[in-house]
Amino acid sequence: MRKLDEALLPPALALAIALVVGDLLILSFGQSPGAVFAMLLEGTWGNAYGLGQTLYKATTLIATGLAVAIPLRAGLFNIGAESQLAAGGFAAALMGLAIPASLPWPVAAALCTVAAVVGGGLVGAIPGALKARFGASEVIVTIMLNFIVLALLNWIVASHLHVPESLHTPEIHSGGVPRFADFSAVFRGSAANVTLVGAIGVAIGAWWFLFRTRAGYELRAAGLQAEAARTGGVRLPRVWLVTMTLGGALAGLGGVNYVLGYKHYYEEGFGSGAGFLGIAVALVGRNHPVGVIFAALLFATLSQGGLAVNAVVPKQMMDVLQAVVILAVAVCVPEVRRVLQDAARRAVMRGTAAS
Amino acid sequence: MTAAPAAMPAIRLRGIAKSFGPVRAIRDASLEVATGEIHALMGENGAGKSTLMRVLAGMYTPDGGTAEVEGTEVTGWQTADAIAAGVGMVHQHFMLVPTLTVAENLVLGQELMKGVTLDMAAAERAVRDLSERTGLRVDPTRKVSELNVGEAQRVEILKVLYRGARILVLDEPTAVLSPPEVQELWEVLRTLRANGGTVVLITHKLDEVVAISDTITVMRAGETVGRMATQGTTPADIARAMVGRDVSLAQREAGVRDSGGPAAALLEVRDLAVAGARRARAVDGISFTVSAGEIFGIAGVEGNGQTELIEALAGLAPLAGGSIRLGGRDVSTLDVRGRIDAGLSHIPEDRHRRGLVLDFSIAENLILGLQHRFSGAAQLDAPKIATNATSQVKTFDIRPPDSALPARALSGGNQQKVVVAREMGGERPVRVLLAAQPTRGVDVGAIEFIHARLRAARDAGSAVVLVSADLNEVLALSSRVAVMYGGKFVCVVPGSEATAALLGPYMTGAARGAA
Amino acid sequence: MNRLLAVIGALLAVHVALLFVRPGGALAEPAVKSVRVGIVFDVGGRGDKSFNDGAYEGGERAMRELGAEVTFIEPGDGTDREAGLRLLAAEGVDLVLGIGFIFTDDIATLAREYPNTRFGGIDYALSTDAAGNVVPPPPNVTALKFREEEGSFLVGALAVLVGRSKTVGFVGGMDSPLIRKFEAGYTAGVKHVCPECTVVAQYAGVTPVAFRNPGRGKELALSQYQSGIDVIFHASGSTGLGVFEAARAQHKLAIGVDADQFNEAPGFVLTSMVKGVDAAVYDAIKRVRDHTFQGGVSAFGLAENGVGYVYDANNRALIPDAVRARVEAIRAGIVAGRIKVPGK
Repeated sequence: MRKLDEALLPPALALAIALVVGDLLILSFGQSPGAVFAMLLEGTWGNAYGLGQTLYKATTLIATGLAVAIPLRAGLFNIGAESQLAAGGFAAALMGLAIPASLPWPVAAALCTVAAVVGGGLVGAIPGALKARFGASEVIVTIMLNFIVLALLNWIVASHLHVPESLHTPEIHSGGVPRFADFSAVFRGSAANVTLVGAIGVAIGAWWFLFRTRAGYELRAAGLQAEAARTGGVRLPRVWLVTMTLGGALAGLGGVNYVLGYKHYYEEGFGSGAGFLGIAVALVGRNHPVGVIFAALLFATLSQGGLAVNAVVPKQMMDVLQAVVILAVAVCVPEVRRVLQDAARRAVMRGTAAS
Repeated sequence: MTAAPAAMPAIRLRGIAKSFGPVRAIRDASLEVATGEIHALMGENGAGKSTLMRVLAGMYTPDGGTAEVEGTEVTGWQTADAIAAGVGMVHQHFMLVPTLTVAENLVLGQELMKGVTLDMAAAERAVRDLSERTGLRVDPTRKVSELNVGEAQRVEILKVLYRGARILVLDEPTAVLSPPEVQELWEVLRTLRANGGTVVLITHKLDEVVAISDTITVMRAGETVGRMATQGTTPADIARAMVGRDVSLAQREAGVRDSGGPAAALLEVRDLAVAGARRARAVDGISFTVSAGEIFGIAGVEGNGQTELIEALAGLAPLAGGSIRLGGRDVSTLDVRGRIDAGLSHIPEDRHRRGLVLDFSIAENLILGLQHRFSGAAQLDAPKIATNATSQVKTFDIRPPDSALPARALSGGNQQKVVVAREMGGERPVRVLLAAQPTRGVDVGAIEFIHARLRAARDAGSAVVLVSADLNEVLALSSRVAVMYGGKFVCVVPGSEATAALLGPYMTGAARGAA
Repeated sequence: MNRLLAVIGALLAVHVALLFVRPGGALAEPAVKSVRVGIVFDVGGRGDKSFNDGAYEGGERAMRELGAEVTFIEPGDGTDREAGLRLLAAEGVDLVLGIGFIFTDDIATLAREYPNTRFGGIDYALSTDAAGNVVPPPPNVTALKFREEEGSFLVGALAVLVGRSKTVGFVGGMDSPLIRKFEAGYTAGVKHVCPECTVVAQYAGVTPVAFRNPGRGKELALSQYQSGIDVIFHASGSTGLGVFEAARAQHKLAIGVDADQFNEAPGFVLTSMVKGVDAAVYDAIKRVRDHTFQGGVSAFGLAENGVGYVYDANNRALIPDAVRARVEAIRAGIVAGRIKVPGK
């Protein structure tokens, strides 16, 4: 019980801070916080369509959140979820274009999903391999890969694959997965699809992997105390490679949500920052798969809610609110504070070294 | 006592209590320390010594009781207040930034500025000056990561003095020092005392307490159980007060078996060389053999290659030359896991960095290195891990006996017991055991226990390599003793012939001989 | 722990109290309006000082002059484009406008789902069927298109007539057919008045980000100016802000796009190739109010005053009368069909 308190109270404090700051922001736009929050809730959890949109957004965020959270457990900071997500979506679309239309959708969807996992995994494997082989910082490599991979994909699409006067590929032949609207008309128009079920399954799988398997044990040991793990026979380079590949694969899986579940094509920039938001999701979810699910729902609610109240408060307010949540978490959650303090110390050291 | 008891004591703690969740670390502790004395605070692991001193240093707020420093009530103050009032604490585990220089570490937080840039030259001068006055010699321009543990400790003490501490609290300071370094430390403390400083020494090395302290306070199970003047007290008296019963102090065992029997050679090291950070060769061509049923003790002042030797044997550092055979099989090219599988156990010298994952539970720590034996194809065998934890916690008397607690929550001695339990307990077949500083920072009761386990391992037919900065420990346990100096063995003698008088000159480099 | 709980409780109490604060004028019931319109910008749209802001101006004018009620939505991410349109359609507004060709698919989908709502797409992309014929948009959709090449042709001529160099510059945003149209018209305009002159054309990138990268824009413009070019035409969204910055720094001239961008670098903006996004938006709203809305393609060129270039008190000093006369003659030629302007 005490452990649960320790896990839940700091994020709860962060949320409470964010709520009050949100109130003040809304007031500063001359609107009533009560009315705006009511509107926000109505537009997200208050009707099936809004709920569907929220769940749709949460699906991608669960994938990218896990893609950041699991490497963080191994002490690796994966900033590349954005490009891994794009690579996953692109690979899924390529597979969907390559297979015949006659293939039944479950088979086609499975093939496309495998492609997404491989696509994202490959992009994740690069920083993993470079770190394992040369000790290159995964932070720098993933940041650089974001530029390289996105530019490369967009160039391929722009110059070879796109439908004229659009930014996207043709529609895939097969592999689209059912939307919730196919089961219940109340979800009509919302993009929520069965990928959500897959994402939750993957999160549960991630929990099992982290806390119930030997590889997860070694991964956590490497993240908490690399030297102790090494002394305990953990092969750190292998852990780095496997973890980053896994992180990339998880982010790639997020591409399935868009390509198979929503638009049925790859479009430039479809990620719209969901990969970066994954960092926030992982932090707020405290690197725990279950926490990631809830954090993904929170950020999805903020995003969809931002649209719902957009007519009365500008979008930037929601962006600020999101930043407040992240900052409040950074201040309230001990391990995040520790990471930040370490970073600050390193910065101070660099400063003194420079002088 | 050298100083007359002042009317106003430097420290007066009364009825202090402090709990962490359900764990009551201190129930009722009282401590009175006179100005200008060296006061020893003794007690077993988990007795609450460190906690009590952290209350004094403002790191913890007590749940009950009052604290006074130099006559002023300070109950519940903060670290910054304590520093400002001249109370400084030197921790068992160093709190230094490894990539900064000594001088940078010292001025961290109160940097000397020259305009907007740091005035490092001034800082270095100040450090050198302080270093001269106190006899704590360290080069202010070196990086902390390059220092050995004894030097790092000097930096810790300097750091506290630099901030103007008049009351100095030292938590297990000699645990990491070689005998000559201990003597140097005593000199420093005596100098401080002569200048009117007050010292509280947390320790459990009885002979040291007798050698240096004026007054002793003993803690047991969160309470202070005795206060005595050092003069007229024997080590046995203190030990009894600490554990509440008679204990056998580390003495040379009668009938230590000398090597040379027909036992099988389990560890054969040939011309081993390891590259060093500063020296070209930290280990410079060492050959030795350790047989089943033998404890091979390696004595020496720290920083002479012992750490690198053990790391190379464990597979943590690459070899620059030579070979290692374990049970007749060449393991030179195997990695850590390969060597563990070949029957190697390793009690690392730094349990906080290497021995334990502090945020893992006791149960998880008890399988570190053995995770392959506690899992199926992929999944960990949870029941087996739990059974193992229960039995190990019981066998090794790990307290508190809750295997779900993180290792971080344990006292130093109990943490070490977890490491020892893992490396020597259970059904693990131990062919070769590397024990590096196995009793560092561990109290008297646990030392006794760990020594017994090392002997038991020897008797069970393991080959034990013991590295310790504590010469008495090496002498008490070893079948053969080697002295390491400058990356080489300068002397190897049978345990029965080894004495401090014989080995001392080798340890300081004054004498050299063929290994 | 308990202290933490207390803090959380206190914050929540403050939050609940704030929920009941109602500033004056918040969410007042709107008066009955002649026509209700919703406009969805592209991601990161408002504030680009050109394209999306043009649409905003058109909407504002409709509010002022036509008594329309206009709701503006700024999507947070790509998914929100469809969601934003849908939100408005579901609310039952009379006209839903999507600002940018990227809305094409979403508008087409929603137009089928909401056949009684009218939709409009700025730069709506028309697809072609297998036989190469243009597929018309759904009947309740109006595709608001511009003949940017015509306006670009004029500023191309202007650039080379005003500049002292035989080479003029072009900075595009994302390398795409739409922006290629600008380049093609511009180049043709240059060659029309000076066949031996050349155009240096560069693009900020191949992704939509290339429309929001002022740093890159400045970089490209600086390198062009330093190579001796003294007029640059940009068609690159907010990337162009960097081009203006370079012009200011180098004391060279730049040509704005979509809206009059004189204020970005007063004195260094030769003119702007204005795209009447505001006019097109206003026009579409007006037609809905007047019940003259029709699906299909509305193309806005020089003849319709849908595109043009700025000539007013601000930049009169930069454009000699003779040049002005020459450009006006070309305009007349294009409107009359005597001059053919290539579209790609």
